[in-house]
Amino acid sequence: MSVETMSIFSPQLAARLDALVAKYPVRRSALVPMLLYAQDEVGYLSDAVITEVASRIGITELDVRNVATYYSMLRFKPAGRFNVQVCTNISCMLRGGYDIFDRFQDELGIGHKGVTPDALFSLEEVECIGACCWAPAIQVNYDFHDDLTPDRVPAILDQYRAQAKSEGKADHA
Amino acid sequence: MPRLVSHPDEVKIVTKRFGQGAANIDRYIELGGYESAKKCLEQGADWIINEMKTSNLRGRGGAGFPTGMKWSFVPKQSQKPKYVLVNGDESEPGTCKDHLIFLHDPHSVIEGTIIAGLAIGSKLGFIYLRGEYRYLLEIMEKAVADAYAKGFLGKNIFGSDTEFQIITQSGAGAYEVGEESALMESLEGKRGVPRIKPPFPAVVGLYGGPTVINNAETIATVPHVIAMGGEAYAAVGSPRNGGTRLFGVSGHVERPGVYELPMGYNLKKIIFDVAGGVRGGRKLKAVVPGGSSTPVLLPEEIETLGMDFDQVGKAGSMLGSGGVVVIDDQTCIVEFALRTISFYQHESCGWCIPCREGTDWLKKSLTRFHAGFGSAKDIDNIQYLAENMLGRTFCPLGDAAAMPTLGFVKKFRKEFEDHLNGKPCPFAKHVELSVV
Repeated sequence: MSVETMSIFSPQLAARLDALVAKYPVRRSALVPMLLYAQDEVGYLSDAVITEVASRIGITELDVRNVATYYSMLRFKPAGRFNVQVCTNISCMLRGGYDIFDRFQDELGIGHKGVTPDALFSLEEVECIGACCWAPAIQVNYDFHDDLTPDRVPAILDQYRAQAKSEGKADHA
Repeated sequence: MPRLVSHPDEVKIVTKRFGQGAANIDRYIELGGYESAKKCLEQGADWIINEMKTSNLRGRGGAGFPTGMKWSFVPKQSQKPKYVLVNGDESEPGTCKDHLIFLHDPHSVIEGTIIAGLAIGSKLGFIYLRGEYRYLLEIMEKAVADAYAKGFLGKNIFGSDTEFQIITQSGAGAYEVGEESALMESLEGKRGVPRIKPPFPAVVGLYGGPTVINNAETIATVPHVIAMGGEAYAAVGSPRNGGTRLFGVSGHVERPGVYELPMGYNLKKIIFDVAGGVRGGRKLKAVVPGGSSTPVLLPEEIETLGMDFDQVGKAGSMLGSGGVVVIDDQTCIVEFALRTISFYQHESCGWCIPCREGTDWLKKSLTRFHAGFGSAKDIDNIQYLAENMLGRTFCPLGDAAAMPTLGFVKKFRKEFEDHLNGKPCPFAKHVELSVV
């Protein structure tokens, strides 16, 4: 069975993953980034993703799951289109990280690991994201937002709502 | 975009190209970039290692091991290929210096990696960034591609017959992967659990080959050491602690930020002069000097304390990653201790039982204690648990969790006692923490 003809990924991602496995001295080194890139496109590590990644690396699905469950950014359930990750670790906590987290909970009506009914947002309390000197800080997907106050939370959400509108709903798998 | 700060006491060596567009390779070259790598190519491995030893540069990841010595441990002859690994899995709470290096000066990381490769006779280097740093990984990938296009990387670097390649790698969320052997496991496509040592990475590392692994700040410093000369670089710092350090000052200060100061600079001055003092005119209660794993220091302990590996060690803590977390007098230390241990409980990979069980029980005890349901015996129990984790795990995560806990209990015992007998916490708003 050829991975290329059976791929569940977009042609762009499939090509990127083909290049990824070729760059290392050992094929398996591509596994962790491959899972993350696949998740970026599909939204989570579905059974189909696990199957294709296992086949691309040449290891068992069990092996893939064994590795994937270790990493906190990898998930097995869909998150929102925009995953809001609020750091509450010490540097952020001292500067009001929990107030930021509370405000997101209030605005979105969901808690830790929750997803809004329209699947636009999900919320997570996360560990240190490496923005301690610009605390409190959050990440929405991979975007950083720092030096936050609770008052800035609605505008951040509006920014992503506007982005979703302009991009349309069709392009998100 | 993270804000850049400045203070007259700073000695800008590693940060001197920050904010000057040096992510662009031509701009980097214009600012003197890649001259050190060329010089090293001419001078050879022994000369490089000698300069590094003279510089007294010590590992910026936290352990402070002399970089030149680390490189000299790699065997000259090896059946297996040798590797250079750059650890950019920056995850120690309080630490965000590598973030700025990748953002403002990615070519310094590439140039340092090339020099490390020349020093140990390696043809392949890896630059590993934590998964959350995607935008920084993209900056690094662009920089690497540009360096290839210029012929600074590849089969014949700088027109010589020497080969050196660089591969960038993304993690996917794991503090533990910042530990050197766990990082190698992750890079081999496995769970990031630590390896037993010995053998050390210099002998058996990535793919079983001799490997040098350095923190991103250490690697970014290397071209500057070569440019200045080891002796001049050493002269900037304090005895046995060469050069400068990127101190990330966070928490309750007026001007948080990453400041580059000479090794040995006084901690009190960092807080009160450089970072503008405690926010809102409050009093200093305590300071975590080098990232969340380093034991807390009291105001009276920092009066004359110079920030280098030896002096902070002597004061009973560690210089660690240089992340200075400042705590004011309105902060509950029990809550702070609980948030710290919650992090380590979350990040323990579970490989070693003292760490897996210890962090879990410490979190449980501190949660109950902070909620006002603790007993006097719990304080001793917390101490007993933490003491029994020390030195009993493959990697330093167990110690990293136990050491700060011991510091909090020993130095703030009275504040723990104030939480007894159903007394409500005088400070805290968040009794229950939702990170699990």
